[in-house]
Amino acid sequence: MDFYIFLTLAVISVITALLMVFARNPVHSVLYLILTFFAIAGQYVMLNAQFLAVVHIIVYAGAIMVLFLFVLMLLNLNKDSEPQKSNLWKISGAITSGMLLVVMVGALRNQIQLPAAAEYQPDRGLPAVLGRMLFDSEFVVPFEITGILFLAAMVGAVLVGKREIKV
Amino acid sequence: MSLFLLFDWALAIEKIILVSVVFAITLGVAAYSTWGERKVAAFMQDRMGPSRAGWGGILQPIADGVKMFTKEDFMPNQAERWLYILAPGAFMFVAAMTSAVIPWGTELTIFDKPVTLQVADLNIGILYIMGFVSLGVYGIMMGGWASNNKYSLYGAIRASSQMISYELAMGLSVIAVVMMTGTLSLKEMAIQQPGINWNIWYQPLGFLIFFVCALAECNRAPFDLAECETELIGGYHTEYSSMKLGFFLFAEYINMFVSSAVISTVYFGGYNFPGIDPGWLYGFAGPLVLFAKIFFFIFVFMWIRWTLPRFRYDQLMHLGWKSLIPLAILNMLLTGLGVLLFSK
Repeated sequence: MDFYIFLTLAVISVITALLMVFARNPVHSVLYLILTFFAIAGQYVMLNAQFLAVVHIIVYAGAIMVLFLFVLMLLNLNKDSEPQKSNLWKISGAITSGMLLVVMVGALRNQIQLPAAAEYQPDRGLPAVLGRMLFDSEFVVPFEITGILFLAAMVGAVLVGKREIKV
Repeated sequence: MSLFLLFDWALAIEKIILVSVVFAITLGVAAYSTWGERKVAAFMQDRMGPSRAGWGGILQPIADGVKMFTKEDFMPNQAERWLYILAPGAFMFVAAMTSAVIPWGTELTIFDKPVTLQVADLNIGILYIMGFVSLGVYGIMMGGWASNNKYSLYGAIRASSQMISYELAMGLSVIAVVMMTGTLSLKEMAIQQPGINWNIWYQPLGFLIFFVCALAECNRAPFDLAECETELIGGYHTEYSSMKLGFFLFAEYINMFVSSAVISTVYFGGYNFPGIDPGWLYGFAGPLVLFAKIFFFIFVFMWIRWTLPRFRYDQLMHLGWKSLIPLAILNMLLTGLGVLLFSK
């Protein structure tokens, strides 16, 4: 049962991610990406990481994608106004990126040793366990520094958004 | 390994029945809220209100439903067909999903079997509600954009920017409650407020912020700029007709019902009430008390709508960003101080 649910969610996430890339209309792209996020949130629930799942939905689907949609709607981008590239550009792009892929695979093929999968701990994703891990152990300093980083980014965004800065 | 291997058929059937009952009650309350709204409006304006269909207009919601279903279902020529159809459904779906984590009561013993009156006791209950509240924007945005009408688009953009802005203050006011109770689960929150020891006595400012934000999240007056008739015709649902319009309007009442339920559970003790010992009666009286609280808050929502005039858009943004968010942060700091000094 678990495996089939995983498979369904995985297929949904891959298909919607591909549709997101191939959709001609940017608004459709954003909506497909939201479906991808839901499928991934479903995977988190399957791992009993409900906190992660719901934060994933709140942050990505509920906030970031809304802003994307907002900008797209305000700019009124659609397939008519989007510049279409000629076939020559598309073919040359495909060839160059394919060659890059071949080089990367050749260079890294023997270099990467994947670590063994960590043991599955069912209560890892519960909010109490997660909170203790972030605030009680060695992660507290990086966590707080990340918070300061976010604050700095927010202040920076507000400053950039202001038209005139009086120093 | 996970929840799905331990599949319990009796539990599944119990949950299916519970979900159906909760869904039916949600729809019923939402339908009769439309009648209640007209009656309240009529009372405030010294009129009679609906009086023809049944006694005191009691059959009016059914008449409205029939009217909505039988009207012409018109679709604009240039509309984005699938999104246009999907939008009201998405809006309704999100509204109806939110009620899953609300504890309606403690336990009922039916045929010697204890039945928990909650669809899902998630340990992240309040975050689940915040998540679905934040998804409510999509129905509005899709509808407004797919209609291919500039007034609809303006309405959608207004509604969604308003909802994003007020979500922040709402989240911050909820954080204070979470700090105080030490849990994210709504059931746990309800258990921690026995008798009249409700959270409202500890979080009056938080409640005020939460309530104002709930008004804004439901797009209710005085924050109903999204459907400001004088400027925007009808807002994001200008181009909708028939039952698609009905879904948009109906989902607003479902949102109102669910927000009242959340307010009652988080700040007003949920199914708890003073003066009765937990006994067999408690299981039956709890849900009734909760519903009394919910109906009171639905009435307050209507009272505000028919009393206060609409805000201007810049006033709305000022209130959200420059008053409510700083107040919510102040409330959070005060709560932190309180927890530090008086924690058990």
